Amino acid sequence: MVTRSILPLTVKKACVTRRGKRLIGPISTTVHRHGLTVVMGPNGAGKTTLLRMLHGMERLAEGHLAWQQPPEQARKRQAFVFQSPIMMRRSVLDNVAYPLMVHGTPRTEARAAAADWLERVGLKESAAKQATVLSGGERQKLAMARALIRKPEILFLDEPCASLDGRATREFEELVCDAFARGTRIVMSTHDLGQARRLAKDIWFINHGHLHEAGPAEAFFASPQTPEARAFINGDIVE
Amino acid sequence: MNDITQGLLEAFRLIISLDRDLIEISLLSLRVTLTAVAIASAIGLPLGCWLAVRRFRHRRLAIATMNALMGLPPVVVGLIVYVLLSRSGPFGVFGLLFTPTAMVIAQVIILTPLIASIAHQAIRELWAEYHDLLISMNTSRRQRITALIWDGRRALLTASLAGFGRGIGEVGAIMIVGGNIDHVTRVLTTAISLETGKGNFALALALGFVLIALAIIVNLIIHSLSKTETSGRW
Repeated sequence: MVTRSILPLTVKKACVTRRGKRLIGPISTTVHRHGLTVVMGPNGAGKTTLLRMLHGMERLAEGHLAWQQPPEQARKRQAFVFQSPIMMRRSVLDNVAYPLMVHGTPRTEARAAAADWLERVGLKESAAKQATVLSGGERQKLAMARALIRKPEILFLDEPCASLDGRATREFEELVCDAFARGTRIVMSTHDLGQARRLAKDIWFINHGHLHEAGPAEAFFASPQTPEARAFINGDIVE
Repeated sequence: MNDITQGLLEAFRLIISLDRDLIEISLLSLRVTLTAVAIASAIGLPLGCWLAVRRFRHRRLAIATMNALMGLPPVVVGLIVYVLLSRSGPFGVFGLLFTPTAMVIAQVIILTPLIASIAHQAIRELWAEYHDLLISMNTSRRQRITALIWDGRRALLTASLAGFGRGIGEVGAIMIVGGNIDHVTRVLTTAISLETGKGNFALALALGFVLIALAIIVNLIIHSLSKTETSGRW
């Protein structure tokens, strides 16, 4: 059976408000089937809210998101990795197996798949440990394995390397590149310019909840079109 | 000090000699309290979890009321249960007054808010931690509650143990509804009260030490079975 893609995702005049204050929008854009989009912007620009909105975790005040499949189907084929990875109070293996088990895969089968993923992300030795004793880098790898185990079509990463050191960041970026090479559509936020240059195929630059620029990464870094984006790339303070 | 030493020695003697009366009232104490804890947990744990994850109108009022009920005075509960179960009361027809069942009923009323309140607090914190992850994974409400109960099981066990601690040491309500009848409703706490009233301090203290030992043993057994303090676990 051929599974039809949930992408592209069309975003039309989407707005998110909280307590009467508009946090995002109106934003109109398209998330195409292939690519690695990096969402950039200063702190408080709305990167996290934008990702949460696309993932369906924020209620839209205006506008709409249109997936190519019904919303229920679309939700099942997405995954999200949070800036501070949430560790369930279970073993590392059971954390990774959980998304499969919760969607009907038998426990033995789910744990076998989880063991396989732990080997891929380099956490095989920690399988029996409690997840909460892992280091920051290990936690993010676990979160990545847990997100990828159900083979999502699109993966949202919310500043996953914000609290990681250089080595852990490099290892995590390898996992991102590997997922991208296997065909997973990635939308990732970061305010690390170096990381954006290393990973991005295209860039969304946002500030004050508005999408200022969206386009190929090379063009964005070579000639940003807006003063805010130019200031951001130059390391100036963006108001 | 002399009374305490005598009490300890008497407790030791009663235990070593397997005193029949001591065994009888200890077993009745355990039976009444464990039954009450089981029933109160069956009501209080799901109630606490439900209040933690469900949003509804007057939720704050419900939580505040539940927390306030933790401080229910046992003698008042005993009195109300007495009135309800007495021959002229609405449930007098069942003939439950001055039976262990009446003692269980009174204890369930006292323990349920305590267990529900502790469970609510524990699950609320866990829910705050898991909320985004479980929503992101597109889990159903039932799956979320199952995950919270499973991952919070040790905190929930603590809630039940707190209920056991309060129940095993309770005297006011069970004295009123049980009547402290020898070989029928006499438990450790009511026996201590009786012996103290008679001025038999050594025996009262001995029973007190047995009560404390019993509470510690039950806690140790439950902790051991649930592997609460195994390294790397919670």
